[in-house]
Amino acid sequence: MELAYGHPKSLKPIQTKYCPGCGHGVIHRIICEVIDELGLQEKSIITNPVGCSIWADLYFDIDSVQPAHGRTPAAATGVKRVRPDHLVICYQGDGDLAAIGTAEIVHAANRGEKFTTIFVNNAIYGMTGGQMAPTTLVGQKATTAPYGRDPGEAGMGYPIRVLEMLSTLQGTRYLARGAVNNAANIRKTKQYIKKAFEAQMKGIGFTMVEVLSQCPTNWSMDPTESVEWLEKNMIPFYQLGEVKNTLEAPASAEKEGAK
Amino acid sequence: MAEEKRLMKGNEAIGEAAVRAGCTAYFGYPITPQNELTAYMARHMIDHKRTFIQAESEVSAINMVFGASAAGARAMTSSSSPGVSLKQEGISYACGADLPCVIVNVARSGPGLGGISPGQGDYFQATRGGGHGDYFHIVLAPKSVQEAADLTYTAFDLADTWRMPVLILADGMIGQMMEGVVLPEPRDPAKLPEKPWAAGGQYKTHRPINHVSSINLVPDELEAKVHERFKRYDQIKRKEVRFEEVNTDKADLILVAYGTSSRVCLGAQQMAKSQGIELGIFRPISLWPFPYDRISELAAKGKRFLVVEMSMGQMIQDVQLAAAGKAPISFYGRCGGNIPTEEAVLAEARRLLGK
Repeated sequence: MELAYGHPKSLKPIQTKYCPGCGHGVIHRIICEVIDELGLQEKSIITNPVGCSIWADLYFDIDSVQPAHGRTPAAATGVKRVRPDHLVICYQGDGDLAAIGTAEIVHAANRGEKFTTIFVNNAIYGMTGGQMAPTTLVGQKATTAPYGRDPGEAGMGYPIRVLEMLSTLQGTRYLARGAVNNAANIRKTKQYIKKAFEAQMKGIGFTMVEVLSQCPTNWSMDPTESVEWLEKNMIPFYQLGEVKNTLEAPASAEKEGAK
Repeated sequence: MAEEKRLMKGNEAIGEAAVRAGCTAYFGYPITPQNELTAYMARHMIDHKRTFIQAESEVSAINMVFGASAAGARAMTSSSSPGVSLKQEGISYACGADLPCVIVNVARSGPGLGGISPGQGDYFQATRGGGHGDYFHIVLAPKSVQEAADLTYTAFDLADTWRMPVLILADGMIGQMMEGVVLPEPRDPAKLPEKPWAAGGQYKTHRPINHVSSINLVPDELEAKVHERFKRYDQIKRKEVRFEEVNTDKADLILVAYGTSSRVCLGAQQMAKSQGIELGIFRPISLWPFPYDRISELAAKGKRFLVVEMSMGQMIQDVQLAAAGKAPISFYGRCGGNIPTEEAVLAEARRLLGK
């Protein structure tokens, strides 16, 4: 009989340290399902960031490289240039990618580095205990925004829509935003990841999938409330879908833009 | 075949030696006075179909080195003092993850933006583990274009052997001046030693997965890892000490200097000789591991030392540690991008000798 559903081979069969209701476990799983479907377990390398998902190397049954905070895209650049035939997954959280590592992600994207960034956006710092992230919504509370994020008087800035910002760069070829708050969105997110990985293996250009994810612990909610909060608050601001898809565009079309 | 000798700038000779050593990935960011090195690597790495990236920052460049080295490349970056400060985070991580790489500092004067003229004020940063945490790495200081090429070539092998970054501490004078250089034999990157610990290539051998990482949150485990690394440091201190001596048997006063200032000392020593005065020269080539034992022996023989640096005095502290109070130690230095003159060094030596 054919196995219809099982534990992905590329994901170790162990319990994670992630909090109950955290999205990282689901995201790890769908990434590993895609790695298995593409038959790339022994040809994949993950660069795991500083943040909660620094633990990714405990759970992914593939080679890993752990760089400094925010420098993940620079290190992934080094890895992919040396191992161009491998699937290189640059896994980053919102602090790593959109705060301390802003220069690294912008320039890796602009060079059209041929790895895939998985950007987990839960609108908060997890590992360090609930500080305001660059993607924290206006009014959302954090330990460093105790009265809510206030772009006005307190000068806390506005949440950054990373994909939309990167979409102007010619090196980016596939930018999609999914979520893991319900089964339908999880399935769609997996499709985005698969499309990005396939594009990477064809050497097309920079690919990135942002995944809206819940952090019940630092949002001070139970897991059920957190998926509802994500749907009501994050999805209206960070709209789901493919923000940019020029995978089919011939390379000459990209050159046109340079004229 | 006649030996090929080329007239090259130090920066270019370092670049050519790196290419010949089998450097497969170079990442750099523009900064004076090392720009010819990045430009040289751009042309020659691309010609050899190897990796060259002009990074968006020094920080990114060292982290690209981190990734490339983790994936098994012979990786290199170069910069000058302010840029090397920015790389210190990455160097700490590379030391914590036991990653080999070569970093070149064509040093200038500081602190801060300082100037673009040669300096030796980065000695402490280079030799004391300039980033956070408990670590050291090999530091080599060339005195000429020839030695800059030779030490760069050797640095890649040392980095792989000891699994650590190796820093070439040159200065703006070494980087900018032109001299004749005989270049080492090119090595085929395909025939370099295997790196079974690196990420990637698992499909070829089906080995267990590899993690390249500096993190460990279990204090006893992290302590054991640091102890293991320090045992390696002890071996390096026994095997990799490099220095040069001139006339140290005859002279009572020994000039201690590295890099450009050692060349000034050599001039002063020759001038002294023509005036009937014997001076010795002790030139550390490996600044870490530092040649403590030999300086200690010389101190025990009753020698005295004049340390000459292009700084307010940094290496002098290592000479003091080595001599351990057994010998008088004096200092002469210039800073701000100035280079001591042979006449000034000789005058200081004559003053100390009362001649």
